[in-house]
Amino acid sequence: MPDQSQPLGDQVTEAISQKRALYIQGNNTKAFLGNECDASTLDVSNHSGILHYEPTELVITARAGTPLSEIIHNLDAHQQMLAFEPPAFGEHATLGGTIACNLSGPRRPYTGAARDYVLGCRMINGQGQIMQFGGEVMKNVAGYDVSRLMTGSLGTLGILLDVSLKVVPKPQKEITISKEVSAEQALQLMAHWRQQPAPISASCHDGQQLFFRLSGTEQALKAARNKIGGERVDNDTLFWQRLNEHQHAFFNTRKKVWRLSLPSTAPLLELEGKTMMDWGGAQRWLVSDANPETVRTKVASIGGHATVYRNNNTDTNSFHPLDGNMLFIHQQLKKALDPHGLFNPGKMYSEI
Amino acid sequence: MQLVEKLSDILDKDSLLYEQEDTKPYECDGLSAYRKLPMLVVLPSTVEQVQAIVRVCHEYKIPVIARGAGTGLSGGALPREDAVLLSLARLNQILTIDPAQCLAIVQPGVRNLAISEAVAPMGLYYAPDPSSQIACSIGGNVAENSGGVHCLKYGLTVHNISQLKIVSIEGELLTIGSHGLDSSGYDLLALMTGSEGMLGIIVEITVKLLPIPERAQVIMAAFDDVEKAGNTVGHIIADGIIPAGLEMMDNPAIRAAEDFVHAGYPVDAAAILLCELDGTNEDVSAQVMRVCELMKQHGAISVKTAQDEAERQQLWKGRKAAFPAVGRIAPDYYCMDGTIPRNKLAWVLKSIAELSDQYQLPVANVFHAGDGNLHPLILYDANKPGELQKTEEFGGKILELCIQAGGTITGEHGVGMEKIDQMCIQFKADELQQFHDIKHAFDPDGLLNPGKAVPTLHRCAEFGAMHVHDGQLPHPELERF
Repeated sequence: MPDQSQPLGDQVTEAISQKRALYIQGNNTKAFLGNECDASTLDVSNHSGILHYEPTELVITARAGTPLSEIIHNLDAHQQMLAFEPPAFGEHATLGGTIACNLSGPRRPYTGAARDYVLGCRMINGQGQIMQFGGEVMKNVAGYDVSRLMTGSLGTLGILLDVSLKVVPKPQKEITISKEVSAEQALQLMAHWRQQPAPISASCHDGQQLFFRLSGTEQALKAARNKIGGERVDNDTLFWQRLNEHQHAFFNTRKKVWRLSLPSTAPLLELEGKTMMDWGGAQRWLVSDANPETVRTKVASIGGHATVYRNNNTDTNSFHPLDGNMLFIHQQLKKALDPHGLFNPGKMYSEI
Repeated sequence: MQLVEKLSDILDKDSLLYEQEDTKPYECDGLSAYRKLPMLVVLPSTVEQVQAIVRVCHEYKIPVIARGAGTGLSGGALPREDAVLLSLARLNQILTIDPAQCLAIVQPGVRNLAISEAVAPMGLYYAPDPSSQIACSIGGNVAENSGGVHCLKYGLTVHNISQLKIVSIEGELLTIGSHGLDSSGYDLLALMTGSEGMLGIIVEITVKLLPIPERAQVIMAAFDDVEKAGNTVGHIIADGIIPAGLEMMDNPAIRAAEDFVHAGYPVDAAAILLCELDGTNEDVSAQVMRVCELMKQHGAISVKTAQDEAERQQLWKGRKAAFPAVGRIAPDYYCMDGTIPRNKLAWVLKSIAELSDQYQLPVANVFHAGDGNLHPLILYDANKPGELQKTEEFGGKILELCIQAGGTITGEHGVGMEKIDQMCIQFKADELQQFHDIKHAFDPDGLLNPGKAVPTLHRCAEFGAMHVHDGQLPHPELERF
């Protein structure tokens, strides 16, 4: 597909002159995430294609509209993968949407988030300027880390054009073991194994059972399984995939689905509803009708933040409110990158 | 002077230095070729004092330059005659260690290695290990986004910190990040890391800790050709192995290191690779065998595995002592810090050798081969008239080579004062302006470490080497000198 950078830049320039806000959209698989946004849609899905993939350099560069599945398929052919195991939330998910939302899966606490693997980006800022930050090398400290600032900014700071990511080799083998334990015991076990040099690559508790995924050589997995104990889980690839993609029965609800991001050792929260713990306890999904204020106050009191991830009926902001000083910095940064307030107004916070 | 009066309300007299004999030790950081006396030096012991100092400076519009241990190699903490130099050396306490969360809360003046030493009894360590880790401070590591020999597998500082407390130019204490795995809003933690003291003063850092691997094993391979050594690195990675460390040294660096610490390096080799594998006992055994095979297959003339921990330490000692070792064979050396795509290594090294002939200055190369971060050390004699200037020019050319190869002018040392002109080549005017706008969001008066890291467009015009895009000169309205 042809490079759409300039046509997209022109559309931004036109929007500036018409004082018209833009809602940046790939294939619209993540529309549920974030607040409603009143702006005309700017389709970026045609800016697609892998530009450069060098397996021995552990780097892939692709246009933001490239389907995530295409990237994963290409990496797979070289026994490599995206270490942050992003959920797609839909067949046609794009690289750009994944990075704009900083989406990371069960492997996140052990190998890092999307932002940890972003090496560089090309983007269009709110003045219609096409700019490039970072690059394709692992270490680069020239200039501020704008590529990581863009990651997770929900399109509020600019349009991602191309993204360079570090990739990693796939583990030789993976198995999952499970144990029937309470949520309290699960937290203790996850904390215990976090401090041990064990080849754990995912851990979650679904309310009844604790699951550990192990990654490494056959021999290493055998040794680790003997140390940790528990039952081997069949069809475990599917288990983690369903958890990651919210296809697990837990997510089948019309109630609000909250994402609570907490210190991994935070105690169990006495909140109405049911909980699924992922990320070794640091990401907890809560299905609940509880008052949003109650949830947020409780979570903030132990150093976390709470997002209404799904089924927000607009009675509350999707994202955890920022305090005065932080909100001011966010507003100033928004002005620095998008001075006309063009991109995704209100998607993250009504003030930016 | 009013400023001194105001500051002496905050600090006792041992913490406020303005006599030349007292401020002299602060005239440079690790880049000693650049020197300037600060207007005055402040040495706060508490976060409240830092806030109060910054408030006074903000009120009087006096620039503030933060300094950690002063080991930085890019002149990031170079003083100015019109600025307060704020040393964070006395904020040197490890505040909390939380093994269950694998986190430690530390003050910025804590030395990098001191963290790993403090948590070792719990079986934990802090992964980023710059070569200066016995002396450099964690606050400086965050400001520069420091790396080290283990960052191919374990990442840079940005991957290994969880939360920062910073003092803004208004004197406000802000918490950025969290003790969870993310926080709401923009990723200010990433923006702050590597920002070279331009956006805020770091006063507390929560670092992530990792369990000490069950086993670590180092392999040393010697090659009769630098290119073969470079290509072998690619073959190891293509085989699905991510070594904990993968270092390369060329012959001049090997000789210097061997003379200095007797690490057991083969002094006649054109290059050596040091490859460390860590992880579970079983994984390491399998990988050691595979890596030895790959090295032989791709032209290593000898392959040696450390037989015990003492030998492993000895092999690493040579690498970690490479800079001081080179310092013994020449009156002065100038350390560069470019990063390149690894497959361009042969071309870059050949070009550096040509430049070395042209400038008549020898070069020793030390290379974080796994992640493409090259440290050419230019040997010179500062006492010979004009030689420093010649060295700087040569260094600038090396950085330009790195950009041409698709890399960057700095992998881990930062831009500081040293590489500021090369920023004009790496970035377009629009991009530099974007950096200035980001700084403005935090520091509208431009008081935090002014003049470093990001050049003004005017400076770029003077330097005369603009990034030219599609044949168009950016900002044609600016006068060219």
